[in-house]
Amino acid sequence: MSIAWYLVVSALIFCIGAGGVLVRRNPLVILLCLELMLNAANLALIAFARMHGNADGQIFALIVMVVAACEVTVGLGLIVAIFRRRLPIDVDELRELQG
Amino acid sequence: MSTTTWAWLVLAFPLAGTLINGLGYRRLGRAGAGVIGTASIGLAFVCAVGALISLQGHDAEHRALTSSLWDYAVTNGDVDAQLSILVDPLSVYMALVVTGISTLIHLYSVSYMQSDRGYARYFAYLNFFVFSMLVLVLGGNFLLLIVGWAFVGAASYLLISFWYRRGTATQAGIKAFVINVVGDVGLVLGTFFVLRYSGTLDFLGTFRAVEGGAFDGHHGALVAGCLLILVGAFAKSAQIPLHTWLPDAMEGPTPVSSLIHAATMVTAGVYLVARLHPLFEQAPAAADTAAVIGCVTLLIAGTIALTQTDIKRVIAYSTMSQIGYMIMAVGAGGYVAGLFHLMTHAFFKALLFMAAGSIIGAMAGAQSLERMSGFRKAMPFTFGCFVVGGLALSGVPPFSGFFSKDEILAFVGNRGGGFVVLYVIGYVGAFLTAVYTWRMIFRAFWGEPCAEARELEHGHLAHAEVPTNPANGEVEDSDVGFPGPEHTIAERALPMKVAMTLLAIGATVAGLVQIPTVDHVITNFLEPTFADSKYIHDEPGNGLVFFGMALGTVLALLGIALAHRIWVARPGSAAAWRTRFAPAYHLFVNKWWFDELIDLVVVRPFAAFGNFSRRTFERAVVEGAFVDGTTSVVRAGSSAVRAIQTGFLRYYAALLLVGGAAVVLYFLIASS
Repeated sequence: MSIAWYLVVSALIFCIGAGGVLVRRNPLVILLCLELMLNAANLALIAFARMHGNADGQIFALIVMVVAACEVTVGLGLIVAIFRRRLPIDVDELRELQG
Repeated sequence: MSTTTWAWLVLAFPLAGTLINGLGYRRLGRAGAGVIGTASIGLAFVCAVGALISLQGHDAEHRALTSSLWDYAVTNGDVDAQLSILVDPLSVYMALVVTGISTLIHLYSVSYMQSDRGYARYFAYLNFFVFSMLVLVLGGNFLLLIVGWAFVGAASYLLISFWYRRGTATQAGIKAFVINVVGDVGLVLGTFFVLRYSGTLDFLGTFRAVEGGAFDGHHGALVAGCLLILVGAFAKSAQIPLHTWLPDAMEGPTPVSSLIHAATMVTAGVYLVARLHPLFEQAPAAADTAAVIGCVTLLIAGTIALTQTDIKRVIAYSTMSQIGYMIMAVGAGGYVAGLFHLMTHAFFKALLFMAAGSIIGAMAGAQSLERMSGFRKAMPFTFGCFVVGGLALSGVPPFSGFFSKDEILAFVGNRGGGFVVLYVIGYVGAFLTAVYTWRMIFRAFWGEPCAEARELEHGHLAHAEVPTNPANGEVEDSDVGFPGPEHTIAERALPMKVAMTLLAIGATVAGLVQIPTVDHVITNFLEPTFADSKYIHDEPGNGLVFFGMALGTVLALLGIALAHRIWVARPGSAAAWRTRFAPAYHLFVNKWWFDELIDLVVVRPFAAFGNFSRRTFERAVVEGAFVDGTTSVVRAGSSAVRAIQTGFLRYYAALLLVGGAAVVLYFLIASS
């Protein structure tokens, strides 16, 4: 199977994720969409690794997963903290940090 | 060891003492600091003696040795800045005087400063001062001379303001520093004038250039350079009109007054003129200026000393007056006479200051002659030393000051012409010297014993319950104040006694090395340095010399007799003299209004100019345009940029994506 298919799927998933990040306002969903973008990248990495026949891309994918896990931990922690302080769970409302 | 190695060691020991005392004061403890401070200078003196012996081993023509450790910048014919020393009879002579007297003063300080809190700091400063002074006298070029010159000024500032909680002391330190910096500026500018045509900073090179005619057709530059160098010499040597710092410098501890303001630092100007004599002989206008200023100073300082009541200030004005003699001598070309007086003066003036310190100790810090009287029985040793110093200072034979002062005056008289005026004024000054010296002695030691003296006769040393500033009576905090809670007198402290005894011997016999028609030790020793001087063979005739000696003796004895008549035989007659010569008295007691004059001519115009610039330039241009302008530009810029930071998370994410996509697109297009 041509590598192009993998890349097309990867690009599609990436675009879905990016679109979700841009249009959704719930931080939980934004995090999920970010995961989609990361996994799209992972898919592309593994596809290239297979094309070149070495393991570098796979290792990268593993590292990306670790980073993604960390990011989710921090992000979910922030969301829980927001929830506890009874702040609106909406990124458009949370805009105190501005110039 | 070679001669220059000895000379480098002379420099190394005080520097090591400074560093050890300055950095290791926590570990050394009190005794250690004093021992290291004294030993380092003592070793420097031993090395100076080594340099002397080694130097005498050379031929008379080859007694100017240079040694360079480091080249800062050497270009052919433009500049030669080196870390070099010049060892010749003059520099060895100065090094011997500086280290020899300093050793004794360090020894004296071990006791005198015993209970001071800043004991180690004191010795670190004192060693630093001696090191600076040695750099000044041993430096082989103008560069090191200027470095030493500035270091000495800094060290004197540190030592004058040593009791830094005392307001008058810090002010006196600042005054001394500022006036010395005026001198530094003069010296540096003068050096530029010389360097411009000689093309070298090295002393010997400069002298060769001057003899080789480097200044032919540029005589004005040479005179200007010499006059500017004289400004430096006058500031350091407290000559009119740059003298006002010296009396105020008496705020420092008494051994400091003894070291800096009597024996060593103030003689730097004399050394400078003697060192640069080939320049000054080519510029007689500058040399004559030095002689005249020296003469004016010796007269004015002598008159002021007649009326001062602070014992240390009387000695300070006396120092000014004696330095005036030396400057007059070297200005007139009598280098050997001036340097001879420098050496004898170092002995008896250091001795007088030490004895004064002992009396001040007995008075529990009070320095006013008004309160002292009748210490003769209570302090026999101090009294003896003071009398020896006083006899030497007033020039009574056979004490040392007699020979050196008369050599100066005979030389000046022998120059003839206008110098005869200086000769006559010199003898007037000699008479004044005897009067003010013995006024001090009669007031402090004769008469009805004061309370402190009576107590001391019964074995009780006066103790100030509340330490006060002798200058203005302010109560001091005893944390950092007058030499600690305990005072010391020479009778009870062996180191002080030893130092004063050695100086008293020196003050008595030092003159015997140079008795007219008998021996010429100093002349013979210094001759190689001054061999190129046109005055070296100007020996005054025997008639003039012996007339001068007789006149000097008579004037000294007359002065002593007058002082005895006023202050001992007819007590209270001083008040009658004061009213009879009221205008003169006011002139003298107000120090000829020099402080006020300088205040009016220099300080106030500058302060007014400074205030004016602050109001106009500083406020409007610096604060308004520069400072406020910069902040308002930054503020306007930041408020423009701040608008981008909306706080909308999705807006940021969109920008990020668009930006990333733009970068990817650019590379895609660029690569295809």
